[in-house]
Amino acid sequence: MPKILAVDDSSSMRQMVSFTLKGAGYDVVEAVDGQDALTKAKSQQFDLIVTDVNMPVMDGITFIRNLRAEANYKFTPMLMLTTESAADKKSEGKAAGATGWIVKPFNPDQLINTIKKVLG
Amino acid sequence: MSVDLEQFHQVFFEESFEGLDIMETGLMELDLGAANSEDINTIFRAAHSIKGGSGTFGFQGIANFTHVMETLLDEMRDGRRQVTREAVDSLLKSVDILRMMLNCEQDKSNPDTDKIQQQMSELEFILGESGGAAAIQAASAGSSSETTGWHIIFEPDANMMLTGNDPLRIIRELAEMGDIEVKTNQQKLPAFSELSPENCYLSWDITLRGNITEDAIKDVFLWVEDECKLTLTPIVDTSVQPAAEATSAAPAVTESVAPVAATASDSKKSTQSSSATSSIRVGIDKIDDLINMVGELVITQSMLSLLGEDFSMQNLEKLQDGLGQLERHTRELQESVMMIRMLPISFSFSRFPRLVRDMSSQMGKKIDLIMSGENTEIDKTLIEKIGDPLVHLVRNSLDHGIEMPADRIAAGKKETGTINLNAYHKGGNIVIEITDDGKGIDQDAVLNKAIEKGLVPAGAKLTAQQINDLIFQPGFSTAKKITDVSGRGVGMDVVRKNITSLGGAVEIQSEHGKGSTFTIRLPLTLAILDGQSVIVGNEIYIIPLVSIVESIQIKTSMINKVAGKGETFKLRDEYIPIVRLSRVFGIENAKAKTLEDGLLVVVEADRKPCGLFVDDLLGQQQVVIKSLEQNYRRVDGVSGATILGDGSVALILDIPGLLRMSVRH
Repeated sequence: MPKILAVDDSSSMRQMVSFTLKGAGYDVVEAVDGQDALTKAKSQQFDLIVTDVNMPVMDGITFIRNLRAEANYKFTPMLMLTTESAADKKSEGKAAGATGWIVKPFNPDQLINTIKKVLG
Repeated sequence: MSVDLEQFHQVFFEESFEGLDIMETGLMELDLGAANSEDINTIFRAAHSIKGGSGTFGFQGIANFTHVMETLLDEMRDGRRQVTREAVDSLLKSVDILRMMLNCEQDKSNPDTDKIQQQMSELEFILGESGGAAAIQAASAGSSSETTGWHIIFEPDANMMLTGNDPLRIIRELAEMGDIEVKTNQQKLPAFSELSPENCYLSWDITLRGNITEDAIKDVFLWVEDECKLTLTPIVDTSVQPAAEATSAAPAVTESVAPVAATASDSKKSTQSSSATSSIRVGIDKIDDLINMVGELVITQSMLSLLGEDFSMQNLEKLQDGLGQLERHTRELQESVMMIRMLPISFSFSRFPRLVRDMSSQMGKKIDLIMSGENTEIDKTLIEKIGDPLVHLVRNSLDHGIEMPADRIAAGKKETGTINLNAYHKGGNIVIEITDDGKGIDQDAVLNKAIEKGLVPAGAKLTAQQINDLIFQPGFSTAKKITDVSGRGVGMDVVRKNITSLGGAVEIQSEHGKGSTFTIRLPLTLAILDGQSVIVGNEIYIIPLVSIVESIQIKTSMINKVAGKGETFKLRDEYIPIVRLSRVFGIENAKAKTLEDGLLVVVEADRKPCGLFVDDLLGQQQVVIKSLEQNYRRVDGVSGATILGDGSVALILDIPGLLRMSVRH
């Protein structure tokens, strides 16, 4: 069962993502900000990361940059959940090592479809 | 699968309201002109979360509204826009609107769309003013040329896989769209000794057949458009056309933005009203205390019942011990239960920073609000009821107390005035002080006004305290002009009345030119009262201890009978009306027939003394107040009832009510 780390400081979004992915049969661990996520990702291996961008303590892009530098996360898909329609957040995220992004608002089906594609 | 998003709504509402509080506090703390970008970012983040959540959970109106706020905040954060007072004010108003919208969604009621629209226009106006990048991009139509297929040359950069993007995933995705033919180009594959396993050396020549739009294909490559070379050529009727080499230009994903909030939530119309039962958040430590206490009580009870089963006189000491313990534990339990209803007064104070900010800018005054003792705990009911009187007093200080900046400078004061809001416990009461360093009470003006209004006879000599007290008289206002802030003369008397009805008192100290302090004293709770029990005939009554000044025996020589006005007696220099409880409550077997036989309990209400004539005093005790209205009906002169140790019921006297009754009689 693929294991996913869901990172968002907003508990409603986090719960929604987590609930949806669990419903689709994935194993989900939640984190409340980039720092929390980084700690969790280092202590266990995830197959995919879904992270919010704007978060306190450590934002999603910094988190991705840090995690991508870890040897066992070199090829792991990392998706940003972002409301930013502006291209700069996306390219900033890409430069930090993000695989891609899912634009908020999204519905649970869109989320699952995207993740299924990425995980194959 | 479908997920019911409604289950996340409550969490969304809660965190959104928290977010709004963060925005409000943050906005108020912003330094105009020189705002710290991290401060703005905190506000931005809160707005951003609300926008993301509301869009996801189906509150499109809120998402659209927040989007405009967010755009403004974004420009401030990037330094593209100055933090002006105008913008901050407008954002604060927007926070209010957003709160209203969230409340409406929560109650499933209709928001005031005019207000929303108006505020939205205001924000857009501010955005448009400096030509900020407010433009909400409409979804780009994109090219939708239909062809029979595409010829795709896909050349990933060597490091594409290092962002987690697998070229095979992309090809698999394409394969789902139509018939696919893939030729792999291995030309760039280096010698094995130079091959890095992390790099991608392959490229692909793909023929994809089917009725597929260019946008759909670009969507597949969306995440990697900067990490590969992509050539798309449409195939028309199997003849390859060399034209239209579309090297992937950035087809930015645009957020679809529905046309403004106006009608967004109207469809949510529903008669269903939220029946939010009032609840209270209690710290786990308080609950634990309670459980401990109950445990102790159970132990004491079992000890006592053991003693009772086989009692002999030699166990008397143990019994007394046990009873002593029982009393102690019961008292502790009572205190713990009361603690549950206690909340920090910050619940009431929290609205003031915004109030002071808004009103001072409206009036052109400069005011600092300093709050202390916010963690002082007070009964929840009292918190709810003290809110309005407090607002009135703070408004009063703002409006009548603090002077205009120019006047302050002329008076040799700091340009910025200060209002202090302070709360603390003192001797079983909670004390709330509102202090300002404004102009204080002009006692001559107050006295003249009182004489003019006929509240005080001309030429009367009043002490400073008595003059200050006049402002609590009904219909009294010295403000030269009525502002919409205060000064309609319906204020201070109502404030005093409300506070008195809570069993509290309000006083003012003031020095002309230096400022004023209003002091509110409140009981900690409305559930328990310190009382003096008195007996009249066979009836026992409870007089609230706070109202009692003294109890005296009187001599007939001190009594005056005034025709039509009842009895008075002279206590020191004052004539005080006497109220015989036996007459008020129609008790015929009162023991004290003449005034010399009984006792006179001197009580005070609304600063007016009065003598209550009773047979005798019994003891002082704490009594638990039971509502008469809930169990019977309202009775004049009685504020409630309590159950005494022997199981009988005693009425608790409502002293101000009793005095009003006696005046009528």
